[in-house]
Amino acid sequence: MTPELPAASKGHGRANFHRRRRLMGFAYSVPTVIFVAVLFITPLLLVARMSLSSWGLLTGRGGFTFPKNFVAISRNQLFWPAVSFTIEYTVIVTVLLLGMGLGLALLVQTQSRWAGVLRTVFLLPVSLGLAAASLLAYGFFSPAIGPISPPLMQLGVIHAPLPFLGTALSALLSTTLLVVWKYAGFYMLILVVGLQAIPDDLYEAAALDGATTRQTFRYVTLPLLRPSLSLALILCVTGSLLAFDQFFILTKGAPDNTTVTVVQVIYREAFQRQNLGTASALSIIVLVALVALNTVQFRFLRGSAGN
Amino acid sequence: MAAADQRSSFGRTPYYVLTGGLAIIFLSPLLWSLVASVSPQAATAQVSGYGLGNYMTLYGFGPGLPQVALNSCYLSVLTVVITLVISTLGGYAFARFSFWGRDALFLLTLSILMVPFATLLIPLYVLLNAIGLANSLLSVALIVAMFQLPFATYMMRISFEAIPHDLEESAQIDGCGTFGVLWRVMMPSVTPGLVTVGLFAFLAAWNEFFAPLIMLTDPAKQTLPVAVANLRQQTMGAIDYGATEAGVVVMALPCIVLFLLLQRYYVRGFMSGAVKG
Repeated sequence: MTPELPAASKGHGRANFHRRRRLMGFAYSVPTVIFVAVLFITPLLLVARMSLSSWGLLTGRGGFTFPKNFVAISRNQLFWPAVSFTIEYTVIVTVLLLGMGLGLALLVQTQSRWAGVLRTVFLLPVSLGLAAASLLAYGFFSPAIGPISPPLMQLGVIHAPLPFLGTALSALLSTTLLVVWKYAGFYMLILVVGLQAIPDDLYEAAALDGATTRQTFRYVTLPLLRPSLSLALILCVTGSLLAFDQFFILTKGAPDNTTVTVVQVIYREAFQRQNLGTASALSIIVLVALVALNTVQFRFLRGSAGN
Repeated sequence: MAAADQRSSFGRTPYYVLTGGLAIIFLSPLLWSLVASVSPQAATAQVSGYGLGNYMTLYGFGPGLPQVALNSCYLSVLTVVITLVISTLGGYAFARFSFWGRDALFLLTLSILMVPFATLLIPLYVLLNAIGLANSLLSVALIVAMFQLPFATYMMRISFEAIPHDLEESAQIDGCGTFGVLWRVMMPSVTPGLVTVGLFAFLAAWNEFFAPLIMLTDPAKQTLPVAVANLRQQTMGAIDYGATEAGVVVMALPCIVLFLLLQRYYVRGFMSGAVKG
C-alpha cells in the first residue's frame, strides 16, 4: 500500500519514535514526580531543618539552635515513659494480633461457603476507621452504657461497673482488646494469602510420610508461611509503635499520663506546647528509629530465611 | 482431598461451635453500637423508649450533621480522584515506557511507606499553610493521597503490566496515540485495579483522623471522625454516649456497605502482593 521508504529514513523514524516514547513516558510520570517532590521530599527536608531550629507554632522560623531541641526532648518528662509505654503496648499487641491472625487464618483457609462467611465477618471491623472503632469502644467500655458490667452486677459477680479505662493496666488492656478486634481480620487476610500459596503436594507428601497434624504445622506450614509472617510482623510493629488515634480518643493519656504514646508526645509538643522545633526533632528520632528497626527486621528475617 | 483434611485439625462440630462463637464475638460490638444508638439512656436525647433522639442530637450538633457528612464526602471523593489520576498515569508510565530515572522514581514512591505518618505531618502542616492551603479539605486530601501513593502506584503498575502487548500494538497501528491507547484500550482492562485503589483511598480518607485534626481548625470544615470525637466534650460536662454511638453508626455504615459490595476488590489488594510494597 505505502511506497517503500529508503532504509535510512526508516531507521531515523524508529529513533524518533523511541525518543518520543521516552518523552511521553516521562510526561505520564510528571504528576507522580510533582507529588513526591512537593509532598514527600520537601517535608522530609523541612522537618530535618525544623529539628535544628527554634520554630514556634505561631511565631514560625527562628534561628539555628542545634542541639537544643534534642536536649529538650531527653529532658521532657513525658518522653521516656512514653517510649517505654509504646514499646510495652507494641509487644503485647504484636503477640496477640499475630497469634489471633494466624489462628483465624487456619480456621478460614478452606474454600467452603462457611469459611467465606467467616472471612467476611472477621474483616468487617477492618473496614471501620480506627477513630470510629475507638469511639465505639469509648461507649462500650464506659460505666454509663457499657454492656459488660450490668449483667455481671445482676449476677452478683461484681458490685460496681468494671473500670475498663480507670487504671493504667486496664486502660492498656482495654485498648489492646479494641485493636485486636479491629485488626485481627487484616492479619488473618495476609496469612490466608500466604497459606493458600503453599502447594497441596507438600501436605500430601507429609501425610504420606505419616506426619501428625502438629508435625505438619511445625515443619511444613510455619516455614513456608515465613514471608507472610514477616510481612505481618513488620506491619504490626510499625503500626503499633505509631499508635495515636486509639489512645487520643479512648484514654487521652489518662490515668495520669500513663498511656501516652510517642506520637502523642509529638502532637502535644506541636499543638499544645506550640513548639514545632522539638516536635520535629522527635519526628526525626521516630523516623530514624523506625528505619533502623525495619532494616534490622528485614536483615534478620531474610538472613535466617536463607539458612 | 487428603491435603484438605490435613489442613484442618478440628472435627466438624467443634469447628462450627468455635467459629460460630468467634463470629458472634466479632459482630457483637457492631450490633451493640447500633442498638445503643437508639436505646433509651439518661443524659442523652433518648431518655425513654427506643427512637432516633440521638440522631437528632447529632443532626443539630455544631455545624450540623449534613455539613460535616458533606465535608467527609467531599474529602473522600477528592482523595479518590487525585489518587486515581496520579496512580493511573504513573502506573502506565512505569509499566509501559522506559525513560531516564524511571526505576529511581518508582523506588522513591514506594519509600513513602518507610516514613511514619507522624514524621511528615508537622512539616506538611507548615508547608501547606505556607502555600495558602490552611484550613482546607484539599490539603487533607493531598496528604491522604500522598500516603496512598505507594500502594496505588504499585497496584496500577502491575495492572498495566498484566495486559498483553499485542493489544496496544494493534491500536498503535490503527493510529492511536499513547493517550488514546491508555484511554480506549487499556482502561477497560485495568478497571479492577482502579476499583481496588479507589476503595482503599476512599476508606483511608473517610476514616482519616490525625490529618483533619491538625489541618482543619474551622468546625464548619471538619469531617466526621473529628467532629464526632469532639461531640463528646461539648455537652455541658456530661458525655453524650448515645449521640457518640449514633455518630459511630453514621461513620461505619458507608464503610460496611462498600466493603460488603466490593470485598472481592479489597481482597485483591492483598493477593497482588501490593501490601508488601
